[in-house]
Amino acid sequence: MTAISVRGLRKSYGELEAVRGVDFDVAPGETFGFLGPNGAGKSTTIKILCTLARATGGSASVAGFDVATQRDDVRRHIGLVFQDLTLDTYLSAEQNLRFHAELYGMPRATVQPRMRQVLEMVGLWERRASKVLTFSGGMKRRLEIARGLMHSPRVLFLDEPTVGLDPQTRASIWDYIHELRQQEEITIFLTTHYMDEAEHCDRIAIMDEGTLVALDTPAALKASVGTDRVTIRTADDQAALAVLGDAVLTTDGIVISVEDGEAYVPRLFGTLGVPITNVSISRPSLDDVFLSYTGRTIRDSEQAPGMPAIFAAMARR
Amino acid sequence: MTAVAAVAVPQRGFALDVRAVKIVVQRDLIRTLQDRTRFVSALVQPLLFLFVLGAGLSSLTQGATGSLDLRTFMFPGILATSTLFTAIFSAVSIVWDREFGFLREMLVAPVRRSSIILGKAIGGATVATTQGVLVLALAPVVHVPLTPGLVVTLLAEVFLLSFTLTALGLAVVARIQQVQTVMGLMQVLLLPLSFLSGALYPLSNLPTWLSVAVRCNPLTYAVRPVRTAVFNHLEVSPAVRARLNPPITWGGWEVPTWLQLLLVAAIGAGLLALAVKQFQRVE
Repeated sequence: MTAISVRGLRKSYGELEAVRGVDFDVAPGETFGFLGPNGAGKSTTIKILCTLARATGGSASVAGFDVATQRDDVRRHIGLVFQDLTLDTYLSAEQNLRFHAELYGMPRATVQPRMRQVLEMVGLWERRASKVLTFSGGMKRRLEIARGLMHSPRVLFLDEPTVGLDPQTRASIWDYIHELRQQEEITIFLTTHYMDEAEHCDRIAIMDEGTLVALDTPAALKASVGTDRVTIRTADDQAALAVLGDAVLTTDGIVISVEDGEAYVPRLFGTLGVPITNVSISRPSLDDVFLSYTGRTIRDSEQAPGMPAIFAAMARR
Repeated sequence: MTAVAAVAVPQRGFALDVRAVKIVVQRDLIRTLQDRTRFVSALVQPLLFLFVLGAGLSSLTQGATGSLDLRTFMFPGILATSTLFTAIFSAVSIVWDREFGFLREMLVAPVRRSSIILGKAIGGATVATTQGVLVLALAPVVHVPLTPGLVVTLLAEVFLLSFTLTALGLAVVARIQQVQTVMGLMQVLLLPLSFLSGALYPLSNLPTWLSVAVRCNPLTYAVRPVRTAVFNHLEVSPAVRARLNPPITWGGWEVPTWLQLLLVAAIGAGLLALAVKQFQRVE
């Protein structure tokens, strides 16, 4: 059985087609990354999977339940962590979790041990009696994750789990997510803007203009966009170019595209015959993947043409 | 590391909805206990009306109220309207919840939306009734003799009234996204509702337009039973009673108290259904 199964999913808002026929499956236990610029249909797809919006075409099932006809069953088996805060900051961490437990009808005997378990997992057990408004941004996000896990969901949806957090806190959130994958039998479906974070996923789907443009493992996607780039500086660039043939001279030095950069460089030293002063190898990143599939970098794609970044940030809310 | 907590399939159905209603009410109570300033400050206005305005105006009205202290006459109306602010504010809190995201936590839960909204209405009514208890404690000061029977009757009526008011608030705010908008709107709603309810003046000898407006105000049908309950415990002459607590009439027909209360309950249920309907909309 698949954790998430999506077939021919469509969603229109009046004239606007936000999702234009999307198909994919997510296996149980997988960490599945969902990438795409704003307006790509990413949020709409998640909303449909979480039963917060109704599809206009196609079908989807989550944890074995149909999102259109078995709404409450889907909800009982998923955990949701939104990018915007959904905690009651005037209640304590514990009260927030208890509220959640009651709303999800958790068996009473399991509430206390489960609460302890999830709070310990995110390192907030000691702070359980504190009001949430005394928490830092990272602590609040961790509490949201703990709450999303409270009712032992089969699938956890994380919508931009690290957005707006400093790099250190982002790293610690990822530590918790990795720990979670080891401790719970859970499928994680997440969206992110940070390309480096997409590498934490088992598989990645890239969505653009309402359709999926790529779906594979991070390594395979990177391999599909090409080769390593070796950049060298030499004592005599013209002589080196003559030897290398199809290399390109740029302001950074001579750039050579090769299959396996690490194996290529030692050989280069032996065969070039011109002294090399500097070497660097760069691998294609997921940024390059995104660029090659959508024709834009993920940052560019956040902004409509001519729209200052601040408005794009506001539109995201 | 702690042992893995047993994963048990959560219960479903009616019992789950009852738990949802209870926890929503409980949260409202916890929040109220935390914010005692708001709870107490909501009492300031009714007390001002009763003791300052009431005391000041009584020199003017001495002849008109007969042997009765003006403040005694005003007390039931003050008791009823004191719940207005608190009940409506409880409804407004759902807009806060929306703005600060917590509403989403409630709306994505595997329970009926009606359970959440019903919980909100009961929560608002419970907080408002608690406030009613405090106002009621002042009854002896303004010569209203309290008996256990009267206390129970008044609190039950106050609960019904504040339930309907919270439902009204919820129906009004259901589509509103911002607290700022709703605060302005509530000001516009609150004063006319209380001024047109006959809480502060008797319903006798009103100009025609006003008597029509008062009959159209649902709050009127909640204030009159409260006042009737109080007057039943006062020793006043039939003439004074007729002038200060006249029956509500529809084209000459006296509306009985039970029908007034039923009307308030029906309006409350209707408004609640309207609010649920609005919150149930899915994209």
